[in-house]
Amino acid sequence: MNRYLVQRLGFALLTGVSLVVVIPVVLVVAVILLKGFEAMSWVFISSMPHDGMKAGGIFPAIVGTVLLTFGTALVSIPIGVGGTIYLAEYARDTWLTRCIRLAIVNLAGIPSIVYGLFGLGLFVLFLKMGTSIVAGSLTLAIMTLPVIISTAEEALRAVPMEFRTVSASLGGTRWQGIRNIILPQAFPGIITGILLGLLRAAGETAPILFTVAAFYLPRLPQSPFDQTMSLPYHLFVVSTQVPGMPEEMQYGTALVLLALVLSMNVAATVVRSYFRRRRQW
Amino acid sequence: MNSREDLRTRWLSWTELAIEALIRVLGFSTVGFVLLIFLFLLKEGVPVFFEVPLGNLFGTRWYPTFGYFGTTPLILGSAVVTVVAVVIALPLGVATAVFVREVAPSWAREILKPTIETLAGIPSVVLGFFGMTIIAPMVHQYLGAPTGLTVFTGALILAYMALPTIISVAEDALDAVPKSYRDAALAMGATQWQTIWRVVVPAARSGIAVAVMLGMGRAIGETMTVMMVTGNAARIPLSLDSLFKPVRTMTATIAAEMGEVAQGSVHYHALFGLGIILFVLTFLINLLAARSIFKKQRRGGLR
Repeated sequence: MNRYLVQRLGFALLTGVSLVVVIPVVLVVAVILLKGFEAMSWVFISSMPHDGMKAGGIFPAIVGTVLLTFGTALVSIPIGVGGTIYLAEYARDTWLTRCIRLAIVNLAGIPSIVYGLFGLGLFVLFLKMGTSIVAGSLTLAIMTLPVIISTAEEALRAVPMEFRTVSASLGGTRWQGIRNIILPQAFPGIITGILLGLLRAAGETAPILFTVAAFYLPRLPQSPFDQTMSLPYHLFVVSTQVPGMPEEMQYGTALVLLALVLSMNVAATVVRSYFRRRRQW
Repeated sequence: MNSREDLRTRWLSWTELAIEALIRVLGFSTVGFVLLIFLFLLKEGVPVFFEVPLGNLFGTRWYPTFGYFGTTPLILGSAVVTVVAVVIALPLGVATAVFVREVAPSWAREILKPTIETLAGIPSVVLGFFGMTIIAPMVHQYLGAPTGLTVFTGALILAYMALPTIISVAEDALDAVPKSYRDAALAMGATQWQTIWRVVVPAARSGIAVAVMLGMGRAIGETMTVMMVTGNAARIPLSLDSLFKPVRTMTATIAAEMGEVAQGSVHYHALFGLGIILFVLTFLINLLAARSIFKKQRRGGLR
């Protein structure tokens, strides 16, 4: 067979496979958008569930997910950014540094349900926080660390070496250089990393199953040590645990969750590309 | 230098020392977290090895309420789902990575990259929900399975969940192949296609292997999707037709049962024991994958 014909067939095959990858993604988003849209109403978003979650809204689940994401951010941003600064600016290539890198790779690989077990063992039972927003946020925060660190480190490393040498040559100390030059320059990359980490936290179910999630709690949480409903767990509950659940409750919940997570995804992409265009180096 | 300025610099250097110490601690915190996770899994999981005889633990029946803690069907369940998922995802992922890096016109890349990022962002519970409501009925109807909640359904969705990881790591691997390899092949009269399949992809094979392993790690640890679409029947999935029968994985077992067990009971310890197995498995997979990350990249003529 003519090798140019082979090439044409090969390229056609690759195009076909790429379509096989892309089309289902579009379908998933489209189906949930269309079916979920029918359920959308002000009542659905802003009111308490009632009649065993078969009617009413998902307001406490939305609030719960927002609170959990916020709590996660509170813990994971300082640890993540600090860890990133250490790795990118201070750490030399020693076996200890390699241990840190290995730890990050492993944190990224640990199954989400194992984070759930860990959160149950350490925060809920050992530290006696009970199933609470604090316990859930701490669990999720540790899970998001590798995402934040790996994305933010890339951003810090992308800042040219000259920026550091110039800062030092003007008499700046290492920390002054980091605070005044490196961090502002790497800021968009750090924000992207934080958004990517938090969107993972917002969408995860397994780590919060035993650490915070309430099956049915038609009120808002009263304190950080309260349980709360949350969107991902609520979707799991309404789609598997309650027989006879109306379809629009399920698709509506799926749509709100998907919209929340994907908007964070879009925000991360926009921040990255906007600042990349404005960058002076 | 007057004394006030002197004081100021000294104060500055103290705060700097404090800040740098803090940053150092934060840098090492990740190691602490990994150790802490392992420690607590061991603390809650190891007792099961003393409470249940080994023959029972590695038996074939998982009926915790009757004292049977045979983990074999669960381990095999995880293995089968993961292997089938990787078998589906590997060709799709590598072909897409090759398409994006080597063949696609820039407009197609502009569509593909964000779509794959979107896929990476979709929460697993949403994909599980989609699988339950849309894909499972199709598997039931068109593939003649007695129920739509099967190994195949779960593996199909897991494959898509592993794709973003596989594609991005494979892309990096293709990207790392020196341009001189391509130039040499093209200069010898090879077509672009021949260059890709006979030079570029083979040169990137170790990176592609890493991609597959990381994808495998993702698939084996996935919980919600698997719990929602694989039917959760703890049976040994070794016959050929078990591809279209329900199965139960380790992750789904933990997620489904931990909510109902008494703290400190044998069952509770057994579920943490499954957690230990999962932790060790993913640790090994990542260690293997990371080995090549840490290896100094040798390129050019030295091979």
